[in-house]
Amino acid sequence: MQRFSFLQLLRQSFRNHEGWEPQWRAASPKAAYDVVIVGGGGHGLATAYYLASEHGLRNIAVVEKGWIGGGNTGRNTTIVRSNYLFEESEALFEHSMKLWEGLSQALNYNVMYSPRGVLVLAHNTTDAQVIRRHVHANRLAGIDNEWMTPEQAKDFCPILDISRNVRYPIVGASLQRRGGTARHDAVAWGYARAASALGVDIIENCEVTAIRRDAGGGVQGLETTRGEIATRKIGLVTAGHTSVVAAMAGLRLPMESYPLQALVSEPVKPVMPCVVMSNSIHAYMSQSDKGELVIGAGTDAYTSYSQRGALHVAQHTLDALCELFPIVRRLRMLRSWGGIVDVTPDRSPIIGKSPVEGLFLNCGWGTGGFKATPGSGHLFAHTLAKNEAHPIVAPFGLDRFRTGALVDESTAAAVAH
Amino acid sequence: MLLIRCPYCETERPELEFRYGGEALLERPKDPALVSDDAWTAYLWTCKNPKGPHAERWRHVHGCGRFFNAARNTVSDLIVSTWRVDDSPPANFDGGGA
Repeated sequence: MQRFSFLQLLRQSFRNHEGWEPQWRAASPKAAYDVVIVGGGGHGLATAYYLASEHGLRNIAVVEKGWIGGGNTGRNTTIVRSNYLFEESEALFEHSMKLWEGLSQALNYNVMYSPRGVLVLAHNTTDAQVIRRHVHANRLAGIDNEWMTPEQAKDFCPILDISRNVRYPIVGASLQRRGGTARHDAVAWGYARAASALGVDIIENCEVTAIRRDAGGGVQGLETTRGEIATRKIGLVTAGHTSVVAAMAGLRLPMESYPLQALVSEPVKPVMPCVVMSNSIHAYMSQSDKGELVIGAGTDAYTSYSQRGALHVAQHTLDALCELFPIVRRLRMLRSWGGIVDVTPDRSPIIGKSPVEGLFLNCGWGTGGFKATPGSGHLFAHTLAKNEAHPIVAPFGLDRFRTGALVDESTAAAVAH
Repeated sequence: MLLIRCPYCETERPELEFRYGGEALLERPKDPALVSDDAWTAYLWTCKNPKGPHAERWRHVHGCGRFFNAARNTVSDLIVSTWRVDDSPPANFDGGGA
């Protein structure tokens, strides 16, 4: 692997930048692997990287039906935070947050993690109570989060309208300063590059069409559009398509898939120093380094795989944003798109073993999986390598729907469910 | 925005008049205390969530207020048919496979 450094940059500059190598090998599938990760998004690539770097496995493939990072990794609004309510989620998302902080160095790839602060707005008394409860819970768990008055919030994000006589008045806000954004594509590319350098085969345009099982029901291999692959261990990391792939192994999951929308505006000069989100009106906004305002809207009311959302859903979010930030009223929207999110009944992910021997699940991240990418990969790699859930992900097993020990985080996400 | 035909009002109305009610044609175990944990979990939590034809419930909340069933393709979002809860699904509907 060609390492990135100042010296390397200098060297390539003198060669007209013609000496840069591809960032990862374009691999063809081998006949057999020790572990196959299905799904080449951020979570899948991170899993492969940590399997190779921390658990010494080398004979690993990541199979992706399209191109890596082309699913929800390329469709999210790039927000990173760990201000969840319950101890189980706090441990999971904070583990991820700690990895974000050193990720660019660890991968030798700039993932542009920018801890610019995540501001969560309260519009009424109930909001304020719920958000303050989050603040207290986070502080008890050693996670930074603080309560702010409307004036303090406006100091932090000057384009907020905090006047009282509006439809959604701001009565306070919480701020997680370590929260922020990261460059979504760079996360996939950085993990792919680092994993490939450790010998992981990254196989694009390779769609899984069937999961083969032996007489005892255990996983035996995969049939793909690029041939059969034998393996005894499969990690299923196919956000937005989990039910479809799991059905190939005869598995039915507690999960429904919905389109979630996002939009970007035309690029403007820097106006927004942080991420702002509002639970009540399910809107969130930040500004990309290119200058576009990146906006997250809600999910459609019904399940769908259509990868586009209804206009009235986006319109509701834009109406609210025009009021929260009067400065954006005349901005034009450049693009809008939808991604399919796999939502579980308790809005927490499912990570761990499945009832099918050799089939492991990392799915159900709902509307907020991007922030968990490093932690998810790290902990899922441990689970795959040791055949046993890492203590942090143990509460997120599929079995919780049978035992009733749910991790009910529906209030912690920014969009209404 | 979908246009949905309410089988009771017998008119096609915009989606905003309706509320989605999830997977249809589920049968609640007659005596929940007698079924195994696995069977109860399957009834309570697991979903077909198919990519393709899907039988689902809708409620005409801002109209007649009644529940009805619909067959919709979850890839194209096209609603193939709607029917009253006491009617049978259309003969050619495969019930959402997966």
